[in-house]
Amino acid sequence: MNPIIEFNRFSVAIGGTPVLREISLQIPKNGITVIIGPSGCGKSTFLRSINRLNDLVEGLTYQGTLCIDNRNILDPQQDVTELRRRVGMIAQTPNPLPMSIYDNVSYGPFIHGLRDRGKMDQVVRRSLERVGLWTEVEGRLNDPARNLSVGQQQRLCLARAIANEPEILLCDETTSALDPVSARTIEEELRSLSGDYTILFVTHILRQAKRLADFAIFMYLGEVVEWGPADQLFSNPADPRTRQYLEGVL
Amino acid sequence: MNGRHLEELLFRALMVCSILLVTGTCVLVIGVVFLKGAGSLTPDMLLKGSEGGYYLGRGGGIANAILGSLYLAGGAILIATLLALPVAWFLNQYADKSRLAGMIRFFLDAACGIPSIVYGAVVFLLMVAVGQRASLLWGCITVALFITPLLARAMDEVMQMVPSLIREASYGLGATDFETLLYVVTRQALPGLVTAVLLAFGRGIGDAASVLFTAGYTDRIPVSIMDPVATLPLAIFYQVNTPLAEVQSRAYASGFILLVIVLSSCTVSRILSRRLSKYCIH
Repeated sequence: MNPIIEFNRFSVAIGGTPVLREISLQIPKNGITVIIGPSGCGKSTFLRSINRLNDLVEGLTYQGTLCIDNRNILDPQQDVTELRRRVGMIAQTPNPLPMSIYDNVSYGPFIHGLRDRGKMDQVVRRSLERVGLWTEVEGRLNDPARNLSVGQQQRLCLARAIANEPEILLCDETTSALDPVSARTIEEELRSLSGDYTILFVTHILRQAKRLADFAIFMYLGEVVEWGPADQLFSNPADPRTRQYLEGVL
Repeated sequence: MNGRHLEELLFRALMVCSILLVTGTCVLVIGVVFLKGAGSLTPDMLLKGSEGGYYLGRGGGIANAILGSLYLAGGAILIATLLALPVAWFLNQYADKSRLAGMIRFFLDAACGIPSIVYGAVVFLLMVAVGQRASLLWGCITVALFITPLLARAMDEVMQMVPSLIREASYGLGATDFETLLYVVTRQALPGLVTAVLLAFGRGIGDAASVLFTAGYTDRIPVSIMDPVATLPLAIFYQVNTPLAEVQSRAYASGFILLVIVLSSCTVSRILSRRLSKYCIH
């Protein structure tokens, strides 16, 4: 395996209460890694550690190391803004910025220093094409992003993340607020992106997990119970708790 | 009819009564001012300053007070906005929910409760101490001091309404605190911020007590910020109780114009906030 993300005895606590305990695992480069587990098991906290969005939570502390490309991103020297450029995030509910469709996509490149209008036009177009939204919004790039349908908004959020040219995409139950058709579209987009990006996808829908996963992680009560190639974890889990969860007992 | 239905009816009637009383008073005030004031409005009233002394001179109009008030409230709202926006920014982005923020908010709320005459008196004492006379500049400063806490708290409240999801989206793309504040939070809050500024302008332009000692009063239109300046509220205060009908009519006209200015700023704020909310996320 060629890991891009590596957790080593990684723990998270909020106000002294442990939320994630001693996680050690590696996530391979590219492909889709699905994180499953019951509600409240720490899936979101796990995901938000990777772009340090957890830093916004008051009283949150990290222990251990979390490396991306062999660099510990928990290092106080780490530039968080640069980290978040490299690690994009798509939230559970679409969260467009209070701007036009164009500005939503150009926001990331803009804050990271791109000022050339011609280049920006290209980035916006390429990003929107990549998520299959370009033909739908081509003529109304200056419309408010909120006028898009919820499914389109979520694809806009995906395009917005891609515009930053990240290496990793974090998806936190990204399809759960969408209708089945839109959800399917997003899944297909992610599938097509998985050749070039390392995608981490949190879900509690087992069927979706099986559909998407190349690699899988099962979490329970703040611990990583089991991780490995998806077909192995789903068809032949090693831990009884994984088996129980997959059978719907846990 | 059972008790619950009676209760429903009773409280509805109470609500309707309250609404009628409140709107009725408002309509009455506006009606009286318009009836009294509209009759006094002549071209000279609007275009000339008072002549021969504002208390006893029969000639001229209230151009000195109209322009004076606009200068004064304009300057004050400029200063107040420049002061209040950073306060609201700080409260929201850097200190939100901290004890420091709680203390600042408490302090601002207390400052909002201080009567404007106290601001006027304090600034007057300061002016005396440094040997300054009443002028447009000191009037601006006093009104600015008096509306800044109101404005800062209003802006703070508006920014607190910005959904955290939107901030998170910005941080998630690698924005700094200030970029998030400037491009996202302020953008989303803009309609509310503009409303807050225009309402504070209305408060500032209508206040008599804060400018009583600090801006002075004069027949002339100021040509320098160190000149004393006439204002509409004081035009009413000084002129409504004279025995001369001509002078009294200047007071009525002042009330009319003041009301028109305040109502216009309300209307403008409504229109602007609707326009500016085009891109806002609900």
